[in-house]
Amino acid sequence: MKIFDSPFFTEVGDISRFTARFFREILKPKQEFEEFVNQCYWIGYKSLTLVGITGFIMGLVLTIQSRPTLVEFGAVSLLPSMVSVSLVREITPVITALICAGKIGSGIGAELGSMRVTEQIDAMEVSGTNPFKYLVVTRVMASTLMVPLLTCLAIAISMYGGYLGCNIRGNVSWTLYWSQSFNILKFGDFIPSLIKTYFFGFAIGIIGCYKGYTSQKGTEGVGRSATTAVIVASLLVFIIDLIAVQITDLLGLT
Amino acid sequence: MTEIAPIIEVKNVNISFGKNHVLRDFSMNVIPGENLAILGKSGSGKSVLIKCIIRLLIPDSGKIIVINNDISKLDDDEMDMLRADVGFLFQSNALYDSMTVRQNLEFPLRRHWSKEERKFNAKDAVLEALEDVGLAHTVDMMPSELSGGMRKRIALARTLILKPKVILYDEPTTGLDPITAREISQLMNEVQEKYKATAVIISHDMKCIKMTSDRVIMLIDGKNYASDTYENLLKITDPKVREFFD
Repeated sequence: MKIFDSPFFTEVGDISRFTARFFREILKPKQEFEEFVNQCYWIGYKSLTLVGITGFIMGLVLTIQSRPTLVEFGAVSLLPSMVSVSLVREITPVITALICAGKIGSGIGAELGSMRVTEQIDAMEVSGTNPFKYLVVTRVMASTLMVPLLTCLAIAISMYGGYLGCNIRGNVSWTLYWSQSFNILKFGDFIPSLIKTYFFGFAIGIIGCYKGYTSQKGTEGVGRSATTAVIVASLLVFIIDLIAVQITDLLGLT
Repeated sequence: MTEIAPIIEVKNVNISFGKNHVLRDFSMNVIPGENLAILGKSGSGKSVLIKCIIRLLIPDSGKIIVINNDISKLDDDEMDMLRADVGFLFQSNALYDSMTVRQNLEFPLRRHWSKEERKFNAKDAVLEALEDVGLAHTVDMMPSELSGGMRKRIALARTLILKPKVILYDEPTTGLDPITAREISQLMNEVQEKYKATAVIISHDMKCIKMTSDRVIMLIDGKNYASDTYENLLKITDPKVREFFD
């Protein structure tokens, strides 16, 4: 069918093949553990500040913005509960994933793209190292593992931001804020939200690697790889989120 | 007189990119210890040819035999093992820019040497390769801190570290000033002398070809158009060959 020859379906097919290759390569012996740890450092540790600051501002802003509406309905005492549910279930995982798509996705896309156009990937292959395993598998694994950890950190910091937000115009004690926040939260809030972040991390890693690894047309291609990696990864984050919400809804976890 | 078995045999290789038929039934032999230069215009398929020899590209048809191995029949592991005996100097040097010179040179060892060998011998091997190219003092520098000529030398040192039987040079002097280009050509001769390796040199730099080659193949219209020593090719009156020398 002609529709399947379109650039969109060709790209979807190529990404699927690339993902299938990832799963084949990950099962092959001799893992690049040292490079995996190195990538965890770059992807995880080096994103801590950005994710931390963003999380703090998210919690603070959400609380300040929500307060007037709750005051209007005389429900200001529900502020900690409302903020914590919003942050844990949806806002922090998605915003953290989008920030990671920007930072990690573009970083991987540009790095691998530049390695491709300067023949560094070919040089790895010629030296007998499997570049897919060394570059792609390690980065995708690190991204899959680090994005959930970054999200957990962002949730904690954003909830602290929420506590400060409650106290800018009101007076909520430390103990009351946390007890109200945790009383409303159930495992059904934490677990689906955490599971989807693994998929976010995987999507960010695989798209960044795919765009960089298949980069062409010199430096222009490197720029394009970085940009499209961010766009496609961000879009995938929303699609995965939509699917995750549907699944949790069907399972009655909401 | 017994004929020496070639170390590289390329038989009737064809490769196309879309409608662009780059190599057309190209054939050549390289005998052990020979320094063979392949001369051709830009875009004539010289780089494509040596990338086929190391299986970075796969020809549409034809056969390539490297050190008695038909490379189309090797699996990935066998090909990786063969690559320990075939060094490749990239036109762009292809140094890993996030690694130091030492890490660049140690990189090929991780696949071909055991952990023990690397622990005890890697340091000496790196220094030996760097001394061969006269840049032992750069061991802890980053590629970005080096000049173009130095990068080319480091790339050559990385190629030499596994002591390959065959070295493929892709445009070794392109982008270098005439003095540095001459130094690299001299260095290639010294390296060939020391390592007794076979060389396939892709270039359109006539001075480099004259200095380094025992034999020259003219790659014209995707074919092995003429093959002889540099001096004998100079005497040929065919206009397609004369183009390169006039």
